[in-house]
Amino acid sequence: MNGVPLTWYLILSAVLFSLGIAGFLFRKNIITVFMSIELMLNAVNLSFIAFSYQLKQVNGHIFAFFVMVVAAAEAAVGLAIILTVFKNRSTLNIDEVNSMKN
Amino acid sequence: MDVILFLIFAIIAVVCGINVVVQTHPISSALSLIGVMGSLAVLYLLLGAEFIAMAQIIVYAGAIMVLFIFVIMLLNAGAESKKGRSFVAQLLGMPLLVAFLALVSYFIQRLFPATPLVQFGAFKSGTAQNIGRALFTQYLLPFEVTSILILIAILGAIVLARKELE
Repeated sequence: MNGVPLTWYLILSAVLFSLGIAGFLFRKNIITVFMSIELMLNAVNLSFIAFSYQLKQVNGHIFAFFVMVVAAAEAAVGLAIILTVFKNRSTLNIDEVNSMKN
Repeated sequence: MDVILFLIFAIIAVVCGINVVVQTHPISSALSLIGVMGSLAVLYLLLGAEFIAMAQIIVYAGAIMVLFIFVIMLLNAGAESKKGRSFVAQLLGMPLLVAFLALVSYFIQRLFPATPLVQFGAFKSGTAQNIGRALFTQYLLPFEVTSILILIAILGAIVLARKELE
């Protein structure tokens, strides 16, 4: 047997996405939460590329490229927000950033 | 050969992904995330997406993660504390997540029962030439909108990170 079923790629993508959800929900450090979002975006990219292979089209690659661009923009703005939060509150714990709660 | 390469890099990706979630220090998580991205780049190459694989290395591992590590070192982020975690979340979170994963895997298996095997070299359209052609003809408007998005992101980052001037 030479070759891998497409479902393996999709299941790997699902596993990585679930790990990203786990990090997003369980972690307290705002930077780690942010990295979990990046992990989820990567998992989605993997399924885009896998489907692109399956359909023999280049459109999935374009979508993955746009996801990368949006991730770069998001990282720049998000890390600037994290810097500002840390400057104002001296903490990275997301449970302590709760001024909109009450 | 394809199976061996897929298994090696899939296992590296999953182990590094688990490491991202379980490490308490953010710098360890960031380095593990670079491992995930590197192994995903190899998987993209196996799927015939050479341009995206290189962009993954250059943009994600080279630019975005360096930005993360910059910020981690700038803020001198230490290991996070264990206390304050919700009991219900600890009790229910993992089983629900495993159930979610099982459900997704089940539907993937049912929706794509007999797809042809993925073979390295069977799909050759992922070159920079083909992607560039699609990007500048069919997807020209989204491409231009993306450049505006990046411009706004740059302005936003500068506004957020600058020192307050009186």
